[in-house]
Amino acid sequence: MFGKLGLSAIPYHDPIVMGAVGGSILLAVVILALITYYRKWTILWKEWLTSVDHKRIGIMYIILALVMMLRGLSDAVMIRSQQALAAGMSHGFLPPDHFNQVFSAHGTIMIIFVAMPFMVGLMNIVIPLQIGARDVAFPFLNSVSLWLTTAAALLVMVSLGVGEFSKAGWSGYAPLTELKYSPGTGVDYWIWAFQIAGVGSLMTSINFLVTILKMRAPGMTLMRMPIFVWTVLCTAVLMVLSFPVLTVALAMLTLDRYLGMHFFTNSLGGNMMMYANLFWIWGHPEVYIVVLPAFGIFSEVVATFSGKPLFGYTSMVFATIAIMVLSFSVWLHHFFTMGASPNVNIFFGITTMIIAVPTGVKVFNWLFTMYRGRIRFTTPMFWTLGFIMTFTIGGMTGVLLASPPADYVLHNSLFLIAHFHTMLITGSLFGYLAGYAYWFPKAIGFTLNEKWGKRTFWSWLIGFCLAFIPLYVLGLMGMPRRMVHYDNLAWQPYLIIAAGGLAVILIGVLCQTIQLVVSIKERHTARDLTGDPWDGRTLEWTMASPPAVYNFATTPEVHGIDAFTDMKEKGIAHQKPDRYHDIHMPKNTASGFVNGILSFIFGFAMVWYIWWLAAISALGMLVAVIIRSADDDTEYTVPAAEVERIENLHYRELATAAAMSRPTGD
Amino acid sequence: MSLCTAFFLGGCSDILLFNPKGPIGDAERFVIIVSIALMLIVVIPVFIMVFLFPRKYRASNIKATYMPNWSRSGKIELVIWLVPTIIITVLGILIWNTTHRLDPYKPIDTGVKPISIEVVSLDWKWLFIYPDQNIATVNQLVFPANVPLSFRITSDTVMTSFFIPQLGSQIYAMAGMQTRLHLLADEPGVYAGQNQQLSGRGYADMNFKAIAASREEYEAWVQKVKQSADKLDLARYEKLQKPSSDYPVSHFSSVKPDLFVYIMRKYNETMDMNPGAMNEESGTMHIKTGALEGS
Repeated sequence: MFGKLGLSAIPYHDPIVMGAVGGSILLAVVILALITYYRKWTILWKEWLTSVDHKRIGIMYIILALVMMLRGLSDAVMIRSQQALAAGMSHGFLPPDHFNQVFSAHGTIMIIFVAMPFMVGLMNIVIPLQIGARDVAFPFLNSVSLWLTTAAALLVMVSLGVGEFSKAGWSGYAPLTELKYSPGTGVDYWIWAFQIAGVGSLMTSINFLVTILKMRAPGMTLMRMPIFVWTVLCTAVLMVLSFPVLTVALAMLTLDRYLGMHFFTNSLGGNMMMYANLFWIWGHPEVYIVVLPAFGIFSEVVATFSGKPLFGYTSMVFATIAIMVLSFSVWLHHFFTMGASPNVNIFFGITTMIIAVPTGVKVFNWLFTMYRGRIRFTTPMFWTLGFIMTFTIGGMTGVLLASPPADYVLHNSLFLIAHFHTMLITGSLFGYLAGYAYWFPKAIGFTLNEKWGKRTFWSWLIGFCLAFIPLYVLGLMGMPRRMVHYDNLAWQPYLIIAAGGLAVILIGVLCQTIQLVVSIKERHTARDLTGDPWDGRTLEWTMASPPAVYNFATTPEVHGIDAFTDMKEKGIAHQKPDRYHDIHMPKNTASGFVNGILSFIFGFAMVWYIWWLAAISALGMLVAVIIRSADDDTEYTVPAAEVERIENLHYRELATAAAMSRPTGD
Repeated sequence: MSLCTAFFLGGCSDILLFNPKGPIGDAERFVIIVSIALMLIVVIPVFIMVFLFPRKYRASNIKATYMPNWSRSGKIELVIWLVPTIIITVLGILIWNTTHRLDPYKPIDTGVKPISIEVVSLDWKWLFIYPDQNIATVNQLVFPANVPLSFRITSDTVMTSFFIPQLGSQIYAMAGMQTRLHLLADEPGVYAGQNQQLSGRGYADMNFKAIAASREEYEAWVQKVKQSADKLDLARYEKLQKPSSDYPVSHFSSVKPDLFVYIMRKYNETMDMNPGAMNEESGTMHIKTGALEGS
């Protein structure tokens, strides 16, 4: 009846796991109780969970990312404290089985459930606004993507208390992930979480590809798109091309595990090397998927706060395209040590190094954007400067690892761990945090507290350096990754420093939480009345903050790269149109949410071999999609009078803001 | 050496990769240092600019030139595309040469006859077979310094990576296949050996000591192993390959003939009886699966 699922699946005996489960459940109960107490269920359901509005979906994606980041950071705390303790005779506080789950979950969560949703969230909020569109091309699909991603994240969380998570690392190398070597449910949780989130990501990429290519405002040619739009376009192309490879690789592994096939097994013709190839054909572009939009954010931020257009726009576009194309020709650098011939290794080594050229060009473009500018040191600008410094180091170590002879000794060492954390933390996460601070007023309506924002930045930067510079050294000292304990006592001081660095990062997380609370308290004084708190250059700053549901009352016309700056210079910003028109908008629907729930049930049933439940939930998804497809009543109209009323509110706010700024002058 | 001490607490000897004990590790250290030096040509200016520009062009410094519309310069763009391209070209030439020279499959030619060692990765221990001496050890690798070592490597479990940091290159061990590695220690000593690829519960315990001895000490050690009562026949091997952690150092005075090939054949029935033969010349395809050979 319940497949492999029984009461023994719950790890009662493990106090650490049960503590984490208890904490998570308690937190969920508190949140649900608060929602009930404040009678917010109706609002939550009608305006959020069923919403197809890209802005709301974006906010929900970012909430998901921030929540999952807490989980990923808890895993990081366990890894760092275990390694700080487990030297010589001491074996720390985690047994290998638990430790291996912790780092596998850490990697999976940080890539798939923090970096991806944070990036997709910012894409959702910003892209339609920057290109002058009312929503994304497929608003309902967008909702489905969100709920699939959430369902997959929930699956990872459930694995904490029911069964176990994978012990085979986030990359899940075969044959370790084959049934023979990983008989538990952990790998299955990992597979289904990846699969469900992967399908969500694939649909997101199709959505944004179409949105960007088909829904730009008149006059916005490709070479007039804001650079963030360019980077998201390239990321969407990478996702469309690479996610199916991951889906297929995992499907083959699933067939091995569930039906006894032999794609990646040791024997009977299986080939584990094929898994490594397939995984990294997705996995390497994935790195650029999460970093390119961050590059876009830095580009927007640096131009806005330098009061200048981005230096070398055309160079930047071609650099981005070059990275996009090259990122598909480098995957083998993840396994130079597999025994390929020198010529093969050299090919992939050199293609990897070539990526450093467009990336270097980008760095110089950001620097020359600041040159002869008027730089305002806001929180997003701090993130950008911190990024340029640390990312340069990360780039240097990356080129070093691209060299096969260097990789022969640095492969799978902590040097590699330090390198890719430099890329992912300062490259991606700093970018998203810059974007969070930069677009927060646009999405929510008030600016974030700068003082706490800068404290967050400094804690992250200092903590990052303390946590990862020792890891570079440890790599050179020959320490492999993923060690549950070690005998070489010379490593321990560095690991203790690294643990201290993580503590400083946690202070940063605390500062950011305080920032949010303080900013919410101060929201009335920090209200963004103009919709343009930073003297922005692109279309998203033309409208009220937060924008009306339809974004643009009238479709803007674009005449240059920095469309809004152009309007401001010509004195035509915030011009009242002659008349307003009715606007057709998509209706909210519960179908996306229902699909998310069903896919969670499906994933859970598959993990535990509960076939009847898997069949029912799969059928349910099909029925939900058919019902939705048959629904003709999916739009509603915002009448012209209502549009006028909403827009006049904004004009009144603009007038108030102008009156407020007059006495002090400029 | 002094440079190294200046950079790291604790001193040079702990920084294993900068303290190599053989020509392979030495050449790899050279690649690392030269690459970093070349890249500093770009990195140092970036660091200077990232401090200088924000300082000089801060909004409060109204004396600084402000060019609100300046956003392109052919000269600057030429330089920022060209300089990284030149550096990468130089690095490309460097890795072209060194990757060929440091190919793990390439024998080390010193005029001395190399010692053949067959390495089998097990859950979670290393088995070393010395086919010419007909002896085997677990978790201990003893060899003479200044004699090339010629490894054939396979796995009787999941994928692992065989690595002695101070001697240089690592390479994967994979079931049903053999990989090759050539190393040389140019001074006697005891070096740490390890598995560099996650392989399950006992992964962190898959350590061994790689002992580079003098020729005489090595010969004496071989004789000592030959006195061992323990023999590695099939039954003994079946017992040995059962998963276990912290397996004690063990010596076997004899080994079942062709045990290494037998282990590969467990996964790959078409595996040639002499699988190393086709790999002696490097530069061609290194990994040959049984399927390919069978056809």
